Amino acid sequence: MGGTGKLSLIGRRLLQAVPSLIGIVIVTFVLTRALPGDPAAYFAGPAADEQSIAEIRTALGLDGSLPEQFWAYVTDLAQGDLGVSISTGRPVVEEIFERLPASLELTLTGLLLAIAIALPLGILAATRPNSWVDHLCRVVVTAGVSLPVFFTGLFFVYVFYFVVDVVPSPIGRLDIFSLAPPRVTGFYLIDSLLVGDFQTFGAAAAQLALPAITMAMFVLAPLARMTRGSMLQVLGSEFIRTANANGLERRTILYTYAFRNALLPILTTLGMVFSFMLGANVLVEKVFAWPGIGSFAVNALVVSDFAAVQGFVLSMAILFVMLNLTIDVLYTLIDPRVGIEG
Amino acid sequence: MSVTPATTRESDAGEWFRHFRYVMAENPVTLIAFCLFLMLLVFAVFGPAITPYDPLASETGNALQPPSWAHWFGTDNLGRDVLSRVIVATRLDLLIAVSAVAISFAIGSVLGSLAGYYGGWTDRVVGRCTDTIMAFPLFVLAMGIVAALGNTVENIVYATAIINLPFYVRVARAEVNVRRHAGFVAAAKLAGNSDARLLMFHLYPNILPPMMVQVSLNLGWAILNAAGLSFIGLGVRPPTPEWGIMVAEGATYIVSGEWWMALFPGAALMLAVFCFNLLGDGLRDLIDPQRRT
Amino acid sequence: MKRRDFLKSSSLLMGAGVLPLLKHVPAHAAGREDTIVVVLANGPNSMDIHRKGTNRPSYAIAVNLYDRLVGYGSKTLANGTTMYDFETIEPELAESWELAPDGMSVTFKLRPDATFHDGSPVTADDVKWSFDRAVSVGGFPTVQMKAGSLLKPEQFTAVDATTFKIDFIEKSKLTIPDLGVPVPIIINAKEANKHATADDPWATEYLHRTPLGGGAFKLERWDPGQQVVYTRFDDWKSGPLPGVKRVIIREVPSASTRRALLEKGDADVSLDLPAKDFRELADAGKVSVQGAPIENSMSALGLNMNFEPFQKKLVRQAVAYAIPYDDIFEVAAFGRGVKMNGGTSFKPTTTDWPQPFPYDTDYDKARELLAEAGYKDGFEVPLSFNLGLADWSEPAALLVQEGLGKVGIKSTLDKIPGANWRTKALVEKSLPLHLKNFGGWLNYADYYFFWVYQYGHLFNSMNYKNDEIEALVNSTLKLEVGDPAYKPNVLRMIEIAFDEVPLIPFYQPFLDVATQKNVSGYEYWFHRQLDARALAKKS
Repeated sequence: MGGTGKLSLIGRRLLQAVPSLIGIVIVTFVLTRALPGDPAAYFAGPAADEQSIAEIRTALGLDGSLPEQFWAYVTDLAQGDLGVSISTGRPVVEEIFERLPASLELTLTGLLLAIAIALPLGILAATRPNSWVDHLCRVVVTAGVSLPVFFTGLFFVYVFYFVVDVVPSPIGRLDIFSLAPPRVTGFYLIDSLLVGDFQTFGAAAAQLALPAITMAMFVLAPLARMTRGSMLQVLGSEFIRTANANGLERRTILYTYAFRNALLPILTTLGMVFSFMLGANVLVEKVFAWPGIGSFAVNALVVSDFAAVQGFVLSMAILFVMLNLTIDVLYTLIDPRVGIEG
Repeated sequence: MSVTPATTRESDAGEWFRHFRYVMAENPVTLIAFCLFLMLLVFAVFGPAITPYDPLASETGNALQPPSWAHWFGTDNLGRDVLSRVIVATRLDLLIAVSAVAISFAIGSVLGSLAGYYGGWTDRVVGRCTDTIMAFPLFVLAMGIVAALGNTVENIVYATAIINLPFYVRVARAEVNVRRHAGFVAAAKLAGNSDARLLMFHLYPNILPPMMVQVSLNLGWAILNAAGLSFIGLGVRPPTPEWGIMVAEGATYIVSGEWWMALFPGAALMLAVFCFNLLGDGLRDLIDPQRRT
Repeated sequence: MKRRDFLKSSSLLMGAGVLPLLKHVPAHAAGREDTIVVVLANGPNSMDIHRKGTNRPSYAIAVNLYDRLVGYGSKTLANGTTMYDFETIEPELAESWELAPDGMSVTFKLRPDATFHDGSPVTADDVKWSFDRAVSVGGFPTVQMKAGSLLKPEQFTAVDATTFKIDFIEKSKLTIPDLGVPVPIIINAKEANKHATADDPWATEYLHRTPLGGGAFKLERWDPGQQVVYTRFDDWKSGPLPGVKRVIIREVPSASTRRALLEKGDADVSLDLPAKDFRELADAGKVSVQGAPIENSMSALGLNMNFEPFQKKLVRQAVAYAIPYDDIFEVAAFGRGVKMNGGTSFKPTTTDWPQPFPYDTDYDKARELLAEAGYKDGFEVPLSFNLGLADWSEPAALLVQEGLGKVGIKSTLDKIPGANWRTKALVEKSLPLHLKNFGGWLNYADYYFFWVYQYGHLFNSMNYKNDEIEALVNSTLKLEVGDPAYKPNVLRMIEIAFDEVPLIPFYQPFLDVATQKNVSGYEYWFHRQLDARALAKKS
């Protein structure tokens, strides 16, 4: 049992991702075509006549029937071609390649920050349920999640940039006079360190601080609450009581037994949190002029830029499928109860 | 937001109420949240009757006035009374949140339990569908749905319900899956309970505590989601007062010093989300079988 | 799709690592004092104004990185704002030009010393290629050329290296002015041809990313969706050398951040702010706000003839009396505009356009007219506006809704996103009641009527059709302003517009820009983009 059972489970899980990817391709296509409006008319510009709109429609491949358009989309996709974004005029692959690291850097920094704060808080609260520490934790993390991110973001900008002036202007990943480090990973923090450019690292970190804090605040609550909740449940369970009765050290019980078991729901939450963060990204990027994939998608959506919306959603989908796979695999590895059936 | 499923065990109302009092007494934060919730309900029910001004009437000569005795929360860019608009918005916001969550709770918990209990094909189909939804960054999916269907209140509710669905499915599935071979289930099975009965009366109550945490979070998120949609222009149609759209509009006035336009609806929104979140924790304690005496 | 194929394609997708990377240029190449930092809402999406789908902000690329044959002079308005002068055409790349005695052609002499950014000389062949391209690629550039009666390549001849001739198909007052708009840019044809292919004879793919011009600025870098950086072209011959070495144009989507950046001194120029911010910045006096009424433009309410009640003139007039004009001017325009209500007479006396319409808020009169038209109890109608223009149209729509409500017309607001707006308002023309703000580039009343009041034309979102207008516009559009028939024709058009009111104007909006006090040289242009060529900065 055990090893091979888990391996085959993971393999099956990988296979299972395929139908959902196909589902995504279809849903994306349907959704984008359901968007109201005629991108051809929009991009023909202010002074276009019927004829030039028709020309653009042909150029965009929007003159065929829906099945024809779908077939064209799928065949292009099979060749790794996501089409050309009509709003930026560049291949969607290129746009995503350039913008994805910006979004990921922001999201991951926010997530790490949130985990670093939320997990200890949650454990702390769980070990002292209903004490003032517990209540304070609840109130603090809940306050963070209770405000729309764009409001928090704008409020931070107002206070920390406009009034107190401790952060640089909120205009993207670097201030106006700094230049991006040579690209290796696309994460400015890492790339600048790779070439030993501490000045750029500082500049990038300064720009990143406020949006990352905004994002982290938004997800403190689900993480901390889930940690507390599942820790409580585990701490109240029989095997911990047994461990306690056996006189095992409290630290060992807390971290080795309880936390490991409590991780399961936290992991499930993590996937959700990540997804929420990428959603929140859209709004945070707009507030901080962050050149990420979320702001790209919003703009594309508003102008019915089909190729861009499809490409965006598809790359997100692949990202999420991979993330969920990882979570499931971790779940399998951590939880002895899952998968024994094999 | 009914908690009745949890009381399906033969417990009488009196015992439940004692437990309720016990939880409230032990957890002052939940008590506060509960009071807040009652207050929101009062505003939602009687809102339009108790506003000092017509929430839709503009008075441009009196636009962008800071809070005063006449207008406690100030006036907005059209001279409308912010206080009246904040009060009237309560009903719509609660409606959006509760209906969205009710839909995704009802559908999600059932699908998730079935998937978790039966496994096999049921699980696969449900799993693939939720994976497909999950694979979208949720807010972007909501944007897409609202953009495609049009920005009406119903579509905002549907979009919010759809994007929250997978969480209920996943939590329900995981909880049922973990327990389906537990001793008490096997015992109930041996006692001749049907699958449906087993699911409904033995497994379903067990998934409620984690689901309640989800519900509480989602009630808040539903409001935040509507607010986010408003910020990018896909929210409730003007001139309907709604907290999210008021914050979104007001947010652009912060730098120029008209803070009251965003702050008060923002505070109302925060209080509501706050209250839902805290209440969720409280509910969890209330219905958690392990804490019952 | 087979799983393997899919994995292959997805790995291709993730591993598309051979793309142009961000260039690592030495930091602080030019100092802060020689640089102007501009913040705006949306940046260019192409370096080529001839390309299909090129957005408005890209017109600035055509203006700053390319030359045209001619440009416009400038004049100073009463409020101190500098503005282009529609009546003076000035040399740009062409040193001089001469109209043929029969008036059917014009011959341009190019500056002999002018070069493109790569140092190669500008020749008449380049001009010919560029003009051929503009009339051949289709879409917006071709339509705009057509407005100046420039239709086909046969009209353009490279006589010798520095002589270029245009033959006219018909005489039109719009031809020469049309050469000064951003569209007829002069492109480095020799270089462009190297990138032309059989499928793409006009090198649109290459020029989309790489400008090949000889304008006052060179492109230093373009990060789409983020920023554009110009550096001065020190060998520029077509005008006085720009006052700054470098212009950084940064996209900042949030309007309040753009305002904050300017107030904090982190940006030198801020564009695209709501009218409210411009008024407050102007009042505060810390920065300088310059604005001019946008020529040939009105923020207005369109009444669609397909919607039954609006087919009656009396109903349209009733609506025109039920608009709270002054309130709209206050909360939508924040006073940054020229009122278009309260005109004195239904008989216009000048050909100025736009000019105030003879309507004002009068609910009793509106009710009377509605009753007379048989709509005593009013009717219901959706009122639509463009999401992209919400900063002025949303408050305006709310006030219109309230005003109409007072005379019994119930309206529901419908906020429509960009792509859909164009389809519904302009292509399908299906919005019964909607807010619009068309502005014509060429500043003639008849040009406005051509776009907005002639049946079937793109901006006639009202489906308005009037035989007299059709005839008047057709006969007036090409007339010289000095022609004796011109004035009476235009007066008659305006008179019909007053009486029939398919379009109810609120005000003529301002185009404002806010700059630091040490920045000078801002000029208002009909294309509404920033001309960086005259900007200068005192340290």
